Order: sequence, then structure tokens, then C-alpha cells
Amino acid sequence: MLNTSRDVVTARQAVAREMKARGTNTIRITRFATAVSEIARNAIMHGGGGELFVFLDRSKTYLIVRCRDRGPGIEDMDRAMPDGYTSANGLGLGLGGAKRLSHGFDVTTTVGEGTIVTMSAKL
Amino acid sequence: MAGVTTIHLVERALLVSIQDDVTDTEIIDLQDQLSHRISEEEVRGVVLDISALEIVDTFVGRVIAQLAGISRLLDAETYVVGMRPAVAVTLVELGMYLPETRTALSLTHALTQLRRA
Amino acid sequence: MPQTATTNILAILEADFNGIIEEWLGTQVSEGVKRSDLFSDSESRSQNAELLKAFSKGVRAGVVDAEFDLEDTAWEDLRAVLADVTKERVNRGVTPTEMATFVLALKSPLFSRLEAMLSDDPSSLIQEVMLVTRLVDAFAIYTNEVFIEERELIIERQREEMMELSTPVVELWDRVLTLPLIGTLDSARAQEVMENLLQTILERQAEVVILDITGVGTVDTQVAQHLLRAAAAVRLMGAECIISGISPMIAQTMVQLGIDVGTVSTRSSIRTALADALKTVGYVITKTRDH
Repeated sequence: MLNTSRDVVTARQAVAREMKARGTNTIRITRFATAVSEIARNAIMHGGGGELFVFLDRSKTYLIVRCRDRGPGIEDMDRAMPDGYTSANGLGLGLGGAKRLSHGFDVTTTVGEGTIVTMSAKL
Repeated sequence: MAGVTTIHLVERALLVSIQDDVTDTEIIDLQDQLSHRISEEEVRGVVLDISALEIVDTFVGRVIAQLAGISRLLDAETYVVGMRPAVAVTLVELGMYLPETRTALSLTHALTQLRRA
Repeated sequence: MPQTATTNILAILEADFNGIIEEWLGTQVSEGVKRSDLFSDSESRSQNAELLKAFSKGVRAGVVDAEFDLEDTAWEDLRAVLADVTKERVNRGVTPTEMATFVLALKSPLFSRLEAMLSDDPSSLIQEVMLVTRLVDAFAIYTNEVFIEERELIIERQREEMMELSTPVVELWDRVLTLPLIGTLDSARAQEVMENLLQTILERQAEVVILDITGVGTVDTQVAQHLLRAAAAVRLMGAECIISGISPMIAQTMVQLGIDVGTVSTRSSIRTALADALKTVGYVITKTRDH
């Protein structure tokens, strides 16, 4: 559950712990946990809160994080991705940055219904 | 809140060590608190020890950059010390170079540089 | 028909197992593919025996007809032995031709025995020969696949080893590190170099890092980006970064490409960079006598 800024910390720590337990190297962990932190915060700040799921892929070689919010959605994805885009008091490195720090990255957004971000990291 | 982050005043420098589980709200509070202390206690420098941080994302990075800007306006230098290699790589990848912030390997290094200044 | 075919081969294999091995070895010698320099006689003999044993087992269990398929479980043992033998041979430096000929050499002893057995039944003989050919050819192809896979593994391993070799972080003096970059700097290598460098900064508490690019052939926008990012990460950790070894050519290219190095210090030679670095950590180089 993502509601407060404490939940962002909990989410990224859970992801880091999960990867550490599977012996992933530190840099990979930091990169992905940072990406998760960005996305979880987005869900709270812009999506009015949401849920975050952590699971493994079938071959157990990737950690997958899915973050869903019920916010307004992103109207123009092409504009939201590049660095520099910012909606409300952001620096504009969030989405694009999170994508660069992930192995796989996918955003599904429906205006008025919410946004689902699915991201993965190699273990 | 005050329990997770410790602040000490040494040689007119504020030594701040930030804990790993710091939240966005807490770090904003910290920025506010530090801004006041810099101006009230005639501090020459702020040393942020982030060696405990496994993650610095754009939010925390931005607060640090702002703190550097604020302290410069109040005639103090901000040093970030003890950044982990993985954090440095990630910040660079995020495009956050923190140009306004001074950096040092450790608290001792930062204090030496502050003394010299 | 296929059923009898299998029976005949089985009979041959059982009647003269050791004879076939000796002749197989003999063919390898006459074909010039028996590498006595790499394998001792007894090693070769036991390898061949093992292969032939696995082969008989496959023939006994496998359906050897039009449906013949080496991927079938009946051939599991043979595949395993073939793979082992191949891997070992690759690692000892056997060539692909030698490897294929080694397997194909099994045909000759089998053919001669079939001929003797079925001399009065030419049509069966042809059937048998075709069958053996198909079998042995399939082994040879399989061997080749294993061979290529193993080679690729070796290449990958060597690439990794080279990558490590080519990015040594050297401690020039207390708290002064240098990283002499040589060759091309692609993204994967740049990442590796950076991680390695940052880790060493932490371990040695280095204050100055010299990234020497004397050995880097060309600097395009991408390479420059990598260098500047490495420099930025070094600075974030609290150390100073100097890029040295910028040749006039590289300087020209960088300006033409519009690369802005920003606040990163650059030097033309590692000499001046070293002098600066030592000064930063509190040393000077003094000349003690004239030549």
C-alpha cells in the first residue's frame, strides 16, 4: 500500500532486501531500488496513492515491480518520458530516469482511471 | 524524526548524518531546520554525511541541491560526504551532478577543507 | 527392414567391440587427426571406448529408422559423452575439422565389418551403410554444435578476462589513483571501468584520480560522455578527477563535436596531471642533482 512518504521508504527497502537475498550486486540493487523509489513517489504525489507489488518472473532471473495508482493518468506519455518534463514541483527526471535505471519498463495509463508502471531488474 | 538524523555543531560547522530510512517529509523538515540553524548560529559550513544512504533518488538529490543553494545564500558551504559508489553511479545516470554542492570523501576531509577556507 | 538393420549393427558391435575401437583409432591416425601431442594413447582409447559403449546403448534402445532423431532420450548417454569429449578437446586446442573427422572415422570400421557380414546380400548392405552414415553424420553434426558452443563460451570468458586486464586501477601514490584507459571505450566497458574505479576510491580513500586516455584511439561524443560521467561520479564521491593524455587530435575533435568538459580538469600529459595530483595531496617533486 502506498499512501505516505514512509511507504516509499518501505517499498524501496523491500525491493533492495529482496535483491540482496538473491545475491544481486550492489550497484544493480541501488539502481533498481532508486527507480522503484521514483515510481512509488509518483504514485503518491500524482496518483493520490496506490499499490505496489513485488514478484519474480517464471525463470526467477528478474525481479518485477508493478505499481498501480488511481490518479488522473498521464495525458501525453511522449511528453512525460524525456528528462525535463515536470508536472507539479518535480525535477523532471523521474519517469525517464526510472526507465534508464530499470531493465524492463512499461507504463500503461488511462486518463481518468490511473497509471500502472511495470518495471523489472535482472537479479 | 530527530532520532534518525543527528546534527552536531563542530567548529562552526553543522555535521549532519542522514539515516537510510529517511522519508521525504523528514528530509524536507531537515532542510527547514538546517536553514534556520545556519542563519541563527553563524555556521560556516554544513557537512551532510550520506554514507548510510543506500539510495539517493531525484527527490533527495534535489533537496540536497537546494540546501546547497540556501546555505550559499546564507554564506555557508555545503559538503556532501561519504557517498557510496553505487549511489554516485545512479545519480550520474539520473543526470543529477549536484554542481552547486561540494563533495569530500569523509567528514574529516570536509572539515579540513572548511578550515582551509 | 529397419529392425534387422539395428540387429546387424548390434551384432557387429557386440562381436568385436575392441577390434572396432582399435580400427577407429587406426583410422584417426591415418587421417592425421589423432593428436598424440594432446592426448595419450590410453586417454584416446578410453574416450573411444566410452563413446562406442554409449553408441551401442543408443542403437539398442533407439528406434533407428526413418524416425531417427538424435534428440531422442535413447541417445541421451551418447549425447552426454560426445559433449564431454568435445568440450575437453576444444579446451586442449583441437580444430573443428579434426573433431569432425574423429567422429566420422567411426564409419570405416563399421563399414568393413558390415561388408564382411552381408557380402551376399548387397541390397541389405546398402541399407545398412546408409543407416550407419546417417547415424554417424548426425553425431558429427552434434559434435560440431557442441564445439561451436564451447568455443563461444571460451571467447566470452576471454573477453571478460581481457576486460579486467585492460582496466587496472593503479595507486600511484598515497591517495592518488590512475586509470590508464586503452583501446575502445564502449558502454559496457565504461560502466565496468567506472564501478571498479569508484570502489577503489572508497577502499584507498583516494583524493585524486587521473583518468589517462593516452591509449584511447578516438574520442567521439559517446566516449566523451562516458569519460565525463565517470568524472562526475568521482567528484560526487568526494575525489578530484583529472583527465590526462588529451592529444592535439583529440582536443580538436572534441571541440569540433562541441563537447563541453565543464569543470573537469584536463591535462595534455600524465606528467603534468601527476604533478598536480601530488600537489593536491601535499607533495612536491624536487630535483636533487644535475646530470
